[in-house]
Amino acid sequence: MIYLMLLWTFFRIGIVGFGGGYVIIPLLKSEIELNQWLTAEEFADIVAVSQMTPGPIGINAATFIGIRTAGILGGITATVGMVLPSLILVVIVAHMIQKFKESTIVQSVLQGIRPAVIGLIAYAVVFFASMSVYSETVTNINFRGAAIFVIILALTLKWKIHPILAIFTSAALGVLLYLI
Amino acid sequence: MAHREVQGSFISHIGILFATFFRIGTFTIGGGYAMLPLIDREFVTRRKWVTEEEMVDIIAVVQSLPGIISVNASIFIGYQVAGILGALIATIGLIISPMIIIALFAYLYINLQDSIYLQGLFIGVRSGVAALILLAGIKLGRKVIKDWISLLFAVVSLAAVLFFQIHAALVIVSAAFAGLILFGLLRVRRTP
Repeated sequence: MIYLMLLWTFFRIGIVGFGGGYVIIPLLKSEIELNQWLTAEEFADIVAVSQMTPGPIGINAATFIGIRTAGILGGITATVGMVLPSLILVVIVAHMIQKFKESTIVQSVLQGIRPAVIGLIAYAVVFFASMSVYSETVTNINFRGAAIFVIILALTLKWKIHPILAIFTSAALGVLLYLI
Repeated sequence: MAHREVQGSFISHIGILFATFFRIGTFTIGGGYAMLPLIDREFVTRRKWVTEEEMVDIIAVVQSLPGIISVNASIFIGYQVAGILGALIATIGLIISPMIIIALFAYLYINLQDSIYLQGLFIGVRSGVAALILLAGIKLGRKVIKDWISLLFAVVSLAAVLFFQIHAALVIVSAAFAGLILFGLLRVRRTP
């Protein structure tokens, strides 16, 4: 039963895939090789598409592999398999947090976690900026990227433009500046 | 249901959850953190369904659990606003656009050769996203960084991922233990 197989395989990937694309890519790769679902080129295409389109790589790969092996229903089945472990785990944890939020233990744990997350958000800024505002070292500034960074910062601070509008503006500015 | 009551009708909450996560799924390129500015704008600033502190907690939890960060975030917020159905609807909203895009790609063999336009587009989007995350981070940070201890936690966790390539989930678990020991067992006083 191909649908059950897809569901089970992506359910497994969904359970072990911690923390985003960089962990999920190698996992997918070994499953794909095991089942001979895609050629190496098709897999490379999927990784490339995932970097260019809004979707997370896990969802993209599940949909693509599902469609290629068993049509649209296969795509849906594989994606459901991928999301199912998250749905179960996150609902349980969200429920627990709300229930025990006032306890001293949870409060002291949260006091440690919250500032650490601010550090991780700062890292996310560095991560995106290192692929656009500068490359590799901070001294190697990409002036087009830096200009867009400053413009978006100013637009958002001064006029509080919506993030979606900001993303469109930065995409348009990016294309424009590379044409000049 | 254990989800917290928020103002307004259940049906309208479901609709808003779907619409908002649909927009997030359609317009954010670049993974979990790229969706932060949008979620902050819609759920924290505009609708006040989630406080700044809760937003930070959600970021910690969704990164420490298995699965895709953005999917986990949609489940958590959906559940908090409208229970299990809310979690389902938010997730469907988030993944429907990516699924359609990939289905088109799978059937049409769309060729995505690197062009100068595409390169410019990605440099632009990443620069813009970096600026947006910076602002969202400052906004959340002002609520969370209140004293020297919390500043120290933030700096150490940034250094851990930036210089020592330690996995974010491990940083969060370590910070949880440090918090438990410092504030729970040793009862360290916070002096702003």
